[in-house]
Amino acid sequence: MAAWTDISGIKERIAASSAEEVTASYLETIGKSRINGFTTVWDRALEVARGIDKDGSSGLLAGVPIAIKENISTAGLSTTCSSRILQGYVPPYDAHVIEKLKAAGAVILGKTNMDEFAMGTSTESSYYGPTLNPWDTGRVPGGSSGGSAAVVAAGEVPVSLGSDTGGSVRCPAAFCGVVGLKPTYGAVSRYGLISYANSLEQIGPMATTVTDIALLMDVIGGHDRRDSTSIKRENRYTDALKDDVKGLKIGVPEEYLGEGIDENVEKTVWDAIGKYEDMGASWKKVSLPHTKYALASYYIIAMSEASSNLARFDGTRYGLRVEGDNWHIMASKTRAQGFGEEVKRRILLGTYALSAGYHDKYYLKALKVRTLVKQDFDRALADVDVLMAPTMPTPAFKIGEKINDPLSLYLADVNTVPVNLAGVPSISVPCGFTGGLPVGLQIIGRHFDENTILRAAYSFEQNTGHHTKRPGEVA
Amino acid sequence: MVYDNPDGVRIGLEVHVQLNKLNTKLFCGCSTDYHDDEPNTHVCPVCLGLPGSLPVINEKAVDFAMKIGLALNCEIVGQTQFHRKNYYYPDLPKGFQTTQYDYPIASRGKVIIEGEDGERVIGVTRAHMEEDPGRLQHIGSIEKSKGTFINYNRSGMTLIEIVSDPDMRSPKEARRYLDKLRSILDYLDVFNGDLEGAMRVDANVSVFGGDRVEVKNISSFKGAERALLYEIMRQKNHIRRGGKIVLETRHFDEARGVTISMRTKEEEHDYRYFPEPDLVPMRVADRVPDILKTLPELPDAKRERFNSQYGIADMHARALTIQIKVADFYEEVALKADPKDAAVWVADILKGELNYRDLDVDAFRMEDIVEIISLVKQDRITEQSGVQIIRTILDEGGRPQDIVVSKGLLKVEDDIVAKAVEEAIAESPEAVTDYLAGKEKSLNFIVGKVMQKTKGRADAREAREKVLAGINK
Ligand SMILES: [Zn+2]
Repeated sequence: MAAWTDISGIKERIAASSAEEVTASYLETIGKSRINGFTTVWDRALEVARGIDKDGSSGLLAGVPIAIKENISTAGLSTTCSSRILQGYVPPYDAHVIEKLKAAGAVILGKTNMDEFAMGTSTESSYYGPTLNPWDTGRVPGGSSGGSAAVVAAGEVPVSLGSDTGGSVRCPAAFCGVVGLKPTYGAVSRYGLISYANSLEQIGPMATTVTDIALLMDVIGGHDRRDSTSIKRENRYTDALKDDVKGLKIGVPEEYLGEGIDENVEKTVWDAIGKYEDMGASWKKVSLPHTKYALASYYIIAMSEASSNLARFDGTRYGLRVEGDNWHIMASKTRAQGFGEEVKRRILLGTYALSAGYHDKYYLKALKVRTLVKQDFDRALADVDVLMAPTMPTPAFKIGEKINDPLSLYLADVNTVPVNLAGVPSISVPCGFTGGLPVGLQIIGRHFDENTILRAAYSFEQNTGHHTKRPGEVA
Repeated sequence: MVYDNPDGVRIGLEVHVQLNKLNTKLFCGCSTDYHDDEPNTHVCPVCLGLPGSLPVINEKAVDFAMKIGLALNCEIVGQTQFHRKNYYYPDLPKGFQTTQYDYPIASRGKVIIEGEDGERVIGVTRAHMEEDPGRLQHIGSIEKSKGTFINYNRSGMTLIEIVSDPDMRSPKEARRYLDKLRSILDYLDVFNGDLEGAMRVDANVSVFGGDRVEVKNISSFKGAERALLYEIMRQKNHIRRGGKIVLETRHFDEARGVTISMRTKEEEHDYRYFPEPDLVPMRVADRVPDILKTLPELPDAKRERFNSQYGIADMHARALTIQIKVADFYEEVALKADPKDAAVWVADILKGELNYRDLDVDAFRMEDIVEIISLVKQDRITEQSGVQIIRTILDEGGRPQDIVVSKGLLKVEDDIVAKAVEEAIAESPEAVTDYLAGKEKSLNFIVGKVMQKTKGRADAREAREKVLAGINK
C-alpha cells in the first residue's frame, strides 16, 4: 500500500517537485490498484496539474489530487451513480462543489465506486463490481461511498468527496479507517449531486486527517443560490482546529450501544470516551428515545423520495436506452434492464409507500417520526455539546456476507440514519482496531455546529495515533 | 326573466394560463422568449431535468400568481408549498411535474360574468402554480406517426391553473367566464394571450345531476363552447337512450367537433403527491399588501367608473373595458372629444372594424379617431364618410385629412356649392329662361353668382356643370 500523505504533505511535495509529478505518482498508484475503488480516471488530470504548475495557482487546494464519488456531476467526466442505466451519461455541467474545488486548484483524478444510486452499505451493488477494503480485501469497504473511502485508505488519493444519505460517508470512513464528515443539512450545496433522497443527503469530505476535512469544508461549504435548501451562513471550518476539549460535555446515547453492537467495537468506543475524559472532557449517558423507530422512518422517506427522483431515468434523453415498440415499452424495458435489484426494490417500496391508501399510513407517519427523532437530538444536545457512539455496529463484514439479506444490511445503518433524519452534522474518526479492522467513533453535533465536532475530533487525533495506522500495519 | 337551466347543466372549467410575460422560467433562468426560436435552444440542466439539477423558485412568478389570485378575489395562502405529481410521459423530463397540491397559492375567489339571466357569480375553487411540460411534435399524424420530437423550450414555463366551481349552466356562460378571465389577466399584464398555448382549457360537465365528464384538449374559447355544446348533447342523448353517464375523461377532436373517450375513472392515475424536498416553503402572506397596491383598476370597477364618469351606455362601457388597451385608448379619446360620441365611435365602429381585420387597437392612432369624430361633429363629413376613413386607414394607411381630400369626402365644399347653385338659380329666373331659350351666355351670369356666393371657393367648371344640372332638372 502506498504512503498516506495529507494536504500539507502534498503541498511540500509539490514545492519540492511539481503538481504534475505528484499527480503522476498518484496516477501510477491507481494504475496498480487491486481494490476497484476508481470507476473512471480522468484523462485530463495531468493536463490540469500542468496548468497549475504553469499558472502557480494560489488556491487552498492548488495541485491537491482528489477523487469524486460517481454521483457528483463533473462536466465532461462520466457520472453514472455506478448504475447501468446511466452508462454513457457525461454531464454537461459541474456540481457546485466541483466548481469550488476547481477554483481552489484541486486536481480531480477520477470518479469513485459506490453502491448503485447510493443505495447500500457495502459498495457491492455497483454495476462496476464491488470495491475491496484495503485493510482486508475479502471485506467490504462500507458504503455507499465505499470507493471514496477505500482509495483514500489505500493511498491512491489524499482526499475525496462522498455523499451521505443515511451514513454513506461515515460508514465507509469507519470501515476503511479514515475520517469522514456528514455536514449539517444545508451546509454544502447539493447542486449537481444526483439525488437519491434529497431531504436527507449531503455531500461530505473524506480524508486521513481532521485538518484536511476542515480544509475541504472551507472550500466546498457555503451558500449556493442554485440549491434552495442551502443556508446563507458563513463559517471557517479550519478555525475549529484546536487541541482543546477541556470542559467539553459528551453525551453517550444509550440506544446506540448494547444490543446489536459488536462487543469489541463497543469496548473500543468506550476506550475513546475514556481518552476524552483524560483530556479534560466529561461524559454522561443520554437518551434518544425514538431511535428504535428511526430506521423504519428513514427507509420509508428515502425510498419514497427515491421512487420519484429516479423516475427521470427513462432512456429518452441520456444514458441507457433499450428500444421498444413505443415510448412506454422503451421506458419500461430500459428501467427493467438498467436498474439493479436493490434499486428496483427501493423504487417499488417507495412507490408503494406513497400510493393512495398507504400514503398516510407509511409516508406521513414516517414524517411524524422524523420530527420526533429531530426533537430527540434537540433535547439531548441542549444538555451536552456533542454525542459520541460507534459509527457502525460492527467492523467491515465479508464481501457477500449480507448482500442477499437486505434487512441485515439496513440494520447496519442503525446508528447513522437518525443523524440524517435530524439534519445534524456528524463525523466519523478512527478510534482503534478490532481483529485488525478499523473502528469508527461517531461524533454528532448541533445544527451548523460543525466546529465543535471538528475540534473534538482534532483533539482526539492530536492525542492518539489511530489515524496514522495504515493498512498492513495493524496485526 | 330567470334562466331555469332545463337540462341541469353544470360546467366547471380548469384554465391553464402560461405566464409568458415573465422573463425567465419558473425554476431556472432560461428565457421565456422562445416562440420564434429553434427547438431546444432555451434549455438548461434544470428544465431538462438533468440528474443533479435543482429547482429555484422564480420570485416574480410568485408575485404574478398572487396578483392573479387577488384579482380573482381569492384568499392567499400563508406560505407556498410545492408538491411532486408523479407520472411518466416523454414530455416530462423529471418523471414528475412540480405543482401545488393541498396549499395552492390562491383559493376561494370569484368572477362575475354576464349570465343567462343577468349578472352571475362564478366561484374560483383555487389557482395554483405549476411548471409546463415540454412539447411533443409528431412526424406526420398522431396515429401514423413515424416518430416524435420533443421540444423542451416550453419545459418549465410558469403555468397558473385556475379551477372554477361548477357554476356555469350553459356553454354560453362558460364562454363568458373565459372571456372575463382573459380580460382580467389582460389587465394584470401577466401574459400575452396571443402566443401559442397561452391559455388552455379543460372542462368538467354534467347534466341532470349525474356524474361529471372531463373534456381535455380544448385549445380555444370558441373550441370550448363547441366542445361543451357537443358534450351536453351527447350526454343528453345517451341518457335518453337509457344509458348512464360515468366518470371519465374525454378528448376533444377539434377538427371533427366531437369528444372521444380517453379513460374511465378506474384507469385514473395515482399521482402519489408528496412535498417537493428541493424547494423550501416560502412565506408569502406578508407580501399581500404590497401586491394589492400594484393591482390596476379591474374591468368591473372600470366599467362602473365609465358609466358614471362619462355617462355612457352600459353596453358601451362593457365593450370598452374588456381589453385594457381599448379602455385606455377610449379614455384618451374622451379627453379630446365628447365622451359619448367617443364611446360610439370606439366601441361600435372602430372595434368592429378592428375585429373584422383581426387587428389590435394599437393598429389605430388615437389622434385620427379624435379628428374623425371632430369632422363629423362639425358636420364637415358624414358619419358614413367617417367609417370610410377608418376603413381606408386600416386597409391603405394615411391620415384623415388627406383621405378626406383624396376621396373627396368633404361634405362642407359640396354643400356650399350646391346651396349656392340652388340659390343662384332661384334668384335668376330671367337668366334661366334666356338660357333655355338658347342664350348660352346667360349661364355665365348664374355661375358668376355662384362664385360670388361661395367666395370663389367653388371650382368654376364644376359650378357650371352643377348649374346646368340644376336647370335641366
Ligand atoms: Zn432552464
